[in-house]
Amino acid sequence: MSMSEMTYRDAINLALKEEMRRDPSVVVLGEDVALYEGSFKVTRGLLSEFGEERVKDTPISENTIVGVAVGAAMGGLRPVAELMTVNFALLAMDQIVNHMTKIHYMFGGQTVVPMTIRMPGGGGSQLGAQHSQSLETFFMHCPGMRVAYPATPADAKGLLKSAIRDNNPVIFLEHELLYNSKGEVPEDPEFLVPIGKAAVKRPGERVTIVAYARMTVLALQAAEELAKEGISCEVVDLRSLAPLDDDTVMASVKKTGRAVVVEECWRTCGLGAEIASRIFENCFDLLQAPVRRVSGLDVPMPYSRKIEKLCIPQAETIVQAVRDVVNGRY
Amino acid sequence: METKLRMVLPDQELLRLYEQMFLSREFEEHCAEQYTKGNITGFLHLYSGQEAVAVGATAGLHKEDYILSAYREHAQAIVRGADPKRVMAELFGKATGLCKGKGGSMHLFDPSLNFMGGYAIVGGQFPISVGLAFSAKYRNEDRITACFFGDGAVNQGTFHESLNWAQLWELPVLFICENNFYGIGTEVHRSSALASIHRRTCGYDIPSEKVDGMDVIAVYKAVKYAAEKVRETGRPYFIEAATYRFRGHSMADPGKYRSAAEHELWKSRDPLPGFAKRLLEEGIATRAALDAIEARCTVKVEEAVTFAEESPWPEDSEVREDIYV
Repeated sequence: MSMSEMTYRDAINLALKEEMRRDPSVVVLGEDVALYEGSFKVTRGLLSEFGEERVKDTPISENTIVGVAVGAAMGGLRPVAELMTVNFALLAMDQIVNHMTKIHYMFGGQTVVPMTIRMPGGGGSQLGAQHSQSLETFFMHCPGMRVAYPATPADAKGLLKSAIRDNNPVIFLEHELLYNSKGEVPEDPEFLVPIGKAAVKRPGERVTIVAYARMTVLALQAAEELAKEGISCEVVDLRSLAPLDDDTVMASVKKTGRAVVVEECWRTCGLGAEIASRIFENCFDLLQAPVRRVSGLDVPMPYSRKIEKLCIPQAETIVQAVRDVVNGRY
Repeated sequence: METKLRMVLPDQELLRLYEQMFLSREFEEHCAEQYTKGNITGFLHLYSGQEAVAVGATAGLHKEDYILSAYREHAQAIVRGADPKRVMAELFGKATGLCKGKGGSMHLFDPSLNFMGGYAIVGGQFPISVGLAFSAKYRNEDRITACFFGDGAVNQGTFHESLNWAQLWELPVLFICENNFYGIGTEVHRSSALASIHRRTCGYDIPSEKVDGMDVIAVYKAVKYAAEKVRETGRPYFIEAATYRFRGHSMADPGKYRSAAEHELWKSRDPLPGFAKRLLEEGIATRAALDAIEARCTVKVEEAVTFAEESPWPEDSEVREDIYV
């Protein structure tokens, strides 16, 4: 497979362009996505290539952005809506939770809602409490929607293409701090990463680190560090948060007997609690240590660089958690 | 002065409108009875009194046009052509229901009729209507989207967002407000700073019109005109139909917030006997002919109840179906 190196941002941009070239029913809409080319410049070049019929600037009306995409999807289009940041999804939760994800079920399977909502998210840019949230768990909680959250440029391209082609509504999260990260991306326009399939990003023996998005990047750094101490870590990148790929997670934990789950979101009722619980339910007999969670701090995000850092898992916190689990310090 | 009915529609069409209104009323009154018997459960919002709106409006639309509504939508679905048997079965929660028993009273849906759903979150259907209109325009389809809603919905953010959006993107949406003057138990004057709802569209430069929602012909003429305008201009239009529900908000609501005098006044304007009287006076129908129509509707609804009673429940395995495609 021929590859080229590109950023996470450009990989998402390429996925959008390839899918729009392939399928005229794909349209892009959102605040500042057309003329301004996206707040994070992810939609660069779309307007010039596809024109204003297919690349639509919208009013600042988040609930209606999602609702219009729902209606357009029911009418036979494949809209890709951008919400400028995941934080604004809270304004659209009615259309997301009550409509987008319920319509297929409550109308007895008589219609499909093939749409994608792209949302940048995550903390670490000193944007304060209202612009630094990790709300992935909110979406996972709701049956009927798929949730993808890639860690690498290749996964970003492959997952977004799958999302656009999927007949279910998909929440596609993008980490703001990963936009400039680089990686090898397959050039093949048919390269797809299936939604609902995790990936072992680093094989290892003694402990499984379960992570996603930017936390995967940190987990891989931590595993590198721990390897120097002779602790072999297996890193499982969830890639999709819904449906959760239990098979890959459990196979890894059965092999290593230990697990550390890393989540950027708040700890209380976070996805780490869900995954830890599933590991206990499925692998209890094989566990050699309790499952450890490394989580975002349960506080609204502060602005100051010094204390913001405390709120987000760091590679060192993951290293320490793995050492504790391996050495029997709970 | 009232227009002669024959100047508006041929006799057969006029009789069809009467039949649809009677069928809707009969359906709703049987629903009330089945609710009392415990065969219909959950929330049940009945339409009795508002028939002229659904019947007149639907007659003014094309079959290809999309219709969306709120949670008081049995009549809209049936008038559009949904089988009363399958609607009743849906209310019973049976497998033969319009949505296999998964939707219930507030979520009727039939894509074969372009009936694109009843939505139970007040104002939720506004953006979806705009999106459907966008998809139709994008695909160059000759269809408009008719969005029904109540007076309570106009205070939701989605109302303003969607009116602005529909006008901004030049989308063919016909907004039809059924102003029955009460959002549950709160009278429109107590919830809307501008209670004259059709005037609220001036902020978006959307033309609007107020019509007597107890007069099926008035509604038909207004909607037909508006729908043609929407088709011709590709832009939204707004109709406010003043009407009244004879029952409470739902079966759980005895409606004590309304005076007996007010109720009586509206009862005297009941769209069914009013229209029957005109049909008789203008020699379009005989009393015997109307009796025959009424009897036919009653049989139809009784058959729907029997069908719902005799229909099977959904299989347990159905509970996990249709979450994902």
